[in-house]
Amino acid sequence: MSIELGLPGLRSGVEGVPTNDEPQTGKEYTSDQEVRWCPGCGDYAVLKAVQSFLPQLGLRRENIVFVSGIGCSSRFPYYLDTYGMHSIHGRAPSIATGIATAREDLSVWVVTGDGDALSIGGNHLIHALRRNVNMTILLFNNRIYGLTKGQYSPTSEPGKVTKSTPMGSVDHPFNPVSLALGAEGTFVARTIDSDRKHLTAVLSAAAAHRGTSFVEIYQNCPIFNDGAFDAIKGQDTKADAIIPLEHGKPIRFGAGSDSGQGVKGLVRDSVTGGVKVALVADVGEDALIVHDAYNPDPTLAFSISRLTDSGYLNQSPIGIFRQVERPTYDDQARAQVDTARDAVTGTPTERLAALIGGGDTWTVV
Amino acid sequence: MPKQVKQVDRVIIRFAGDSGDGMQLTGDRFTQESAAFGNDLVTLPNFPAEIRAPQGTLPGVSSFQVHFADHDILTAGDAPDVLVAMNPAALKANLSDLPKGAAIIVDSHDFSDRNLTKAGYTSNPLDSLGDANDQLGDFQVFPVDLTGMTVEAVKEFGLSRKDAARAKNMFALGLLSWMYGRPTETTISFLEKRFAKVADIRDANITAFKAGWNFGETTETFVVQYEVKPAPMAPGTYRNISGNLALAYGLVAGGVQSGLDIVLGTYPITPASDILHELSKHKAFGVTTFQAEDEIAGIGAAIGASFSGKLGVTSTSGPGIALKSEAIGLAVMTELPLVVVDVQRGGPSTGLPTKTEQADLLQAMFGRNGEAPVPIVAPQSPGDCFDAAVEAVRIAVTYRTPVMLLSDGYLANGSEPWKVPDVDDLPTIDPNFATEKNHQLPDKVNDDGTVTQGETEFWPYLRDDETLARPWAIPGTPGLEHRIGGLEKGDGHGNISYDPANHDLMVRTRQAKVDRIADSLPPLEVDDPSGTAKVLVIGWGSTYGPIGAGVRRVRKAGFNVAQAHLRHLNPFPKDLGDILKRYDKVLVPEMNLGQLSLLLRGRYLVDAIGYNHVRGLPLKAAELAEAIGHLVAEAEGIDVDLGVHGMTTPQEVSR
Repeated sequence: MSIELGLPGLRSGVEGVPTNDEPQTGKEYTSDQEVRWCPGCGDYAVLKAVQSFLPQLGLRRENIVFVSGIGCSSRFPYYLDTYGMHSIHGRAPSIATGIATAREDLSVWVVTGDGDALSIGGNHLIHALRRNVNMTILLFNNRIYGLTKGQYSPTSEPGKVTKSTPMGSVDHPFNPVSLALGAEGTFVARTIDSDRKHLTAVLSAAAAHRGTSFVEIYQNCPIFNDGAFDAIKGQDTKADAIIPLEHGKPIRFGAGSDSGQGVKGLVRDSVTGGVKVALVADVGEDALIVHDAYNPDPTLAFSISRLTDSGYLNQSPIGIFRQVERPTYDDQARAQVDTARDAVTGTPTERLAALIGGGDTWTVV
Repeated sequence: MPKQVKQVDRVIIRFAGDSGDGMQLTGDRFTQESAAFGNDLVTLPNFPAEIRAPQGTLPGVSSFQVHFADHDILTAGDAPDVLVAMNPAALKANLSDLPKGAAIIVDSHDFSDRNLTKAGYTSNPLDSLGDANDQLGDFQVFPVDLTGMTVEAVKEFGLSRKDAARAKNMFALGLLSWMYGRPTETTISFLEKRFAKVADIRDANITAFKAGWNFGETTETFVVQYEVKPAPMAPGTYRNISGNLALAYGLVAGGVQSGLDIVLGTYPITPASDILHELSKHKAFGVTTFQAEDEIAGIGAAIGASFSGKLGVTSTSGPGIALKSEAIGLAVMTELPLVVVDVQRGGPSTGLPTKTEQADLLQAMFGRNGEAPVPIVAPQSPGDCFDAAVEAVRIAVTYRTPVMLLSDGYLANGSEPWKVPDVDDLPTIDPNFATEKNHQLPDKVNDDGTVTQGETEFWPYLRDDETLARPWAIPGTPGLEHRIGGLEKGDGHGNISYDPANHDLMVRTRQAKVDRIADSLPPLEVDDPSGTAKVLVIGWGSTYGPIGAGVRRVRKAGFNVAQAHLRHLNPFPKDLGDILKRYDKVLVPEMNLGQLSLLLRGRYLVDAIGYNHVRGLPLKAAELAEAIGHLVAEAEGIDVDLGVHGMTTPQEVSR
């Protein structure tokens, strides 16, 4: 699978961040701290992928900042030898907003989970997305609360039996991609912890995007929600479960006759106005939707996001749903400060004296 | 008829009207005129939380009190000598505050049946003036058709009747300006600028203002003009300034003096929003203002900015502090510079958004989980908000800590003449960013006997011996990459640590760091002119004015009392304990139920006596003087009668 890194001529997400001419290794990005996730946790795979991906970015390591909230995934910054902050529950996007706005020369990353980002931190997430602050948000979605030992999360399927829902959860879950698209996110993608190649490709595109890049990563919790993504990951099932989104290509999937289901694709649904899955044999290749991640209108991307199962996950679109250009909050905020600075003369001390000595003054001799 | 000129030492005027009548503007302009004239002054704006409460009703009354004098004054005054009431509701709402003999100027035009009913009057009090049943018999009442005369004066500009009538506040201002001999130039040039783009409105307002002045000069209603001479003041350049403006300037100054750009992360809230408004104008100083989605995001962004090497600031009021508590704890744990501004208002919950109170002291002190000490700085007057803000920046940057800056609604909106400080006198603040690794690992003896020199590392929690501050290493600094967070850190290296002894050490170290700040504080000033006082009055924050005025009254009556005022509430000045022990009685006036008293009692085992009011208004000097007098009587075993110094009416100056 190949993923375009961005529209030609656009400002890159890492423009302004000092680069490193020396080749770097994943080891340089590995801190001396012992990794303390449970054996088999999907977080290990993501950490490895990120540690091996960051050197490819070619940035100076001291100009990379990882910020996290609270939860299993939020321990992530401790294991990377960059600057980092493990903050408070749900608030990482707000802290990252402060960092990204304060410093153009930093590559800012947020690591969060489904509880951290979508429950306690839901407000900050949507506002970061609408502002389009230049940062990449990695949402590790294991559809459960791990660190508090197994309560349902805002992405858990209805009816889920957990420690806090012995009779089954009656909460309706969020679809993180739908939420991000609804908040007018400019880069919205979904990938899987176990697919290193796809994960790395999405991370590359996310880092290259200027603005808030939102990446949902399906991540297995072997302790409290094992098997939540088995259909997506199983060799026999994934071809029919994953709807791959590749810009410029017809959206088609399915193992074909091997699975007994035939090759499927996405077509417009004239009844609902949305999209639906159809057998290619029934509708013909020409009817398939050609994925356009650069479409300024998020409607179609949203419709595609709705094909994600809200119950047990048997089907989910994977890839970059949307990647569009919009001015970022931090670039514009800095530009205003620069414009104001350019318009004045004199030292700060002189200007301070003029400021406080301004207004209607009088002199006592 | 020749007008009589009476000289008085001070006057308190209250302008009161409907929220839409422009009373705040009227008061503000009168204040500027008085400042330009050279009087000392203190103001007290008082307005409802509703932007436009139902017109003509009691809840919709907005007022502005200005106290101006020929000498140094400390408060906006307990009771107005003059009330300007633009409608029946304004009269009714303010009448109980007036002393006998006070002058009342009312806009008789607005005393219609409808307005009287709205204000709850069953009959027009103006109809019975001088009668046996005169409801206003205790006062000198001047019914003036302000609206009618305004409309008549501005008719040449062809405004609608409604627009024409809106200039009545300027007519009233003109009348009062005549009555007290105020200079008019500042108001006229203000109106020219303010309405530069709407010529007819501009001209109408200026005309109404002049008409008001001329009416005073020609009418026989007013036979006395008053003169309040300029107050002697220390040489220098002065301006009138409100607390919020001074506080914003102080933050800008803190940025300049530290060389740090400011990032204000905030969310609008009364009465703190003006700090956001003001700072948003100062981008040329490198100030970034971020209006966040909520209070938590505001402080979150400020913490992120501080981590990045900027000066993070967040501004709010009490309810916002409650929301920011967890994040303040994070700043305590990560030991990052941060200024948290709390412009206190009446609480709890939404409370009294536009009224003042000092009831967040204990929240500032203790309102977080765990042992989370935060230094607290409190300004004592509107102009002092500038110095207090600079001091908060100094402590935050020097000690790598969040600092709580406790202003309040009275300071925020009140104003006073402010001697513009010399920028050269401001402290220099050194951010002292870390640039080098700071810890040498021990050399290693190899198996073959050779020695490998130990590596150097960066330890983010290795402290300065004197201040106990940790290094501030900002992203972009090679070799100093490190991770910080809310989890407990190991001493020095800063890695996560669950070790019991380490936690105990770190909790004590964070406290010790805040305690060390006291080493950098000057001795507490005690004002005890006789040196023999047995009673000490000690306060903090905006009660400085009323306490000072109360103390003066007691002294003028011939009794001894000492006064001290705390700028630093955490840590306390080092000599505070000794000072408290020198006095037989310690009185602590506060606009809360005794929060400083509790701290003083707990810390120094002193029998602090509270003087507490939570009315949403500043303490009244005369009442406080009585309380001080009682205590002096008790402590010295004498009778205390404050006599004339317990009164609130202005003293005529003999010539």
